[in-house]
Amino acid sequence: MIFVVTGTQLPFDRLIRMLDEIAPQLDEDIVAQVNGSGYLPRHINTIDLLPPDEFDRLFSSARLIVAHAGIGTIITAMQQHKPVIIFPRIAALGEHRNEHQLATAKKMKEAGWVYVANTKEELSELLQTPDLHPLCTIGSSASESLVGSITDFILGS
Amino acid sequence: MKKIFAAASNGGHWKQLLRITKPLEQRFEVVYASTHPKCEAMANGGRFYLMSDFSRKDAWRLLPAFFSLLRILRKEHPDAVLTTGAAPGLVCLLAGWMLRYKTIWVDSTANAVELSGSGRIARHFASRIYTQWPDLAKDGVVYAGTVWGVKSEQ
Repeated sequence: MIFVVTGTQLPFDRLIRMLDEIAPQLDEDIVAQVNGSGYLPRHINTIDLLPPDEFDRLFSSARLIVAHAGIGTIITAMQQHKPVIIFPRIAALGEHRNEHQLATAKKMKEAGWVYVANTKEELSELLQTPDLHPLCTIGSSASESLVGSITDFILGS
Repeated sequence: MKKIFAAASNGGHWKQLLRITKPLEQRFEVVYASTHPKCEAMANGGRFYLMSDFSRKDAWRLLPAFFSLLRILRKEHPDAVLTTGAAPGLVCLLAGWMLRYKTIWVDSTANAVELSGSGRIARHFASRIYTQWPDLAKDGVVYAGTVWGVKSEQ
């Protein structure tokens, strides 16, 4: 199952529509968490306002996560060793307040942390790649150097 | 034991904060504040306060939130206030600055090309500003690592 996460603040119809168009070519269920989406897809299941426990259950049973560039989702996917495809929102299309998702996705792709798709073709290709593996996994906490720096700063006079 | 007051909005900001405070709990007492009641269960059993949520769009809610946080901070009397954002975290940091505590802003990893809007405001008063992107470490902004921590590339 492919679980799609679009966050709790704004709809992301462009992504839902693309997935709906790609879905018939895939031999796998797609479940999407949407947020007041106006577009009604025919080939994928959408769920609005998921309670946290149900969200967690879907998340952990998914093979693959497709998400807007929301940091919470990326952290959870990496902690659970799941591959994640980021499809950034574009503010110029009214999908966010500013273009930071585009920039963040680009930087995270350069760092080799996540898969990124910006077009329907790129998304389709990644979704049809067999056994997409997670690009990297993370532990349970921040860099030791960051924690150490904060510690020194607080303990210093 | 020195005390940290750690605050962040629910969601990605809160998840980033916990990845920083978890190891800090070995050295400090950490008291938490966030914008959703469900965050309390994730606060590692530490004391938890609920902050009201707002964005820069409904900024008028900033004032009652600010006075509420002033009261809470006076009561807790921490050695430092730490936040990963967003707007409620900034207001918390401002209250901490007024009370002359150390104030630490860790800009979200989501801001890869410039500091967040709230981070740019925090620069005017916070005692320490961290970015999670090396390129943005200039003019007093510090890079010391990320919330991602040790990564194993596969």
